[in-house]
Amino acid sequence: MLRISTGRGPRPVGGGFETFSWYFFRISGIALLFLVIPHLFIMHVSNNVNCTTYAFVAARYANPFWRLFDWLLLTLALTHGMNGLRIVIDDFVRSSSARIWLLSVAALVLLAFFMLGTITLITFHPAANVGLNCV
Amino acid sequence: MYKGQSGMWSWLFHRISGLGILLFLFIHIVDVSMLLFGPAVYNNSVLLFDWWVVRLLSLSLVVAVFYHAFNGIRIIAIDFWRKGARYQRVLFAIVLVVTIIVFVPVAYIIMQPVIPWLIQWPPRAIVGK
Repeated sequence: MLRISTGRGPRPVGGGFETFSWYFFRISGIALLFLVIPHLFIMHVSNNVNCTTYAFVAARYANPFWRLFDWLLLTLALTHGMNGLRIVIDDFVRSSSARIWLLSVAALVLLAFFMLGTITLITFHPAANVGLNCV
Repeated sequence: MYKGQSGMWSWLFHRISGLGILLFLFIHIVDVSMLLFGPAVYNNSVLLFDWWVVRLLSLSLVVAVFYHAFNGIRIIAIDFWRKGARYQRVLFAIVLVVTIIVFVPVAYIIMQPVIPWLIQWPPRAIVGK
């Protein structure tokens, strides 16, 4: 039974990867508050989603700030999320061989999606005709 | 006790919302990569997100993001604020209330352009105008 009457919750001690992971969740989580919520607001509140077209992205990505913003969003959301998936796999998969197999697949998925997102952000170069402003 | 109390629900909602957001992130990285195939292909993926069914689905993403963000702040408060653990139950109530308060206007703004499609009869599942 976990009983906490006063004071802070338990914090990990002793170093190692799990301590790093614990701090990483919190630090990347705070950073993601300032990345995800503005992103959500820009795409769904201050713009109608049907106007987030190729032309919209081309205008946005003319400014390198938004490419950096989106790359930080990609990197932190993916690592924060995949670290969460790692914890879920550790919690629910009892067989160690299945766990190692799933964790390896998760690592490959992380790498593949990180590369796909990074390649898109770096290599995007707007076409001469950017098309409709809204669909 | 833990089972059946606020701590269990906040934990469970945090996990489910986190996994849901991660699933969306995979989809979103793929749909953004359609940029590399030019305006016609990319705008087709935008058209998909404009469909009222996908707008309804995106409401679940929005509520998941708000809950996960606000409960994340609660977790950090429990870990680093001296009185955080003492007030964790009150903080959970605040997280739920703030999530709903922020979600309702955003949900309205997202659905407002497709309200004519939602209220038409017979319903037509069409993409675009």
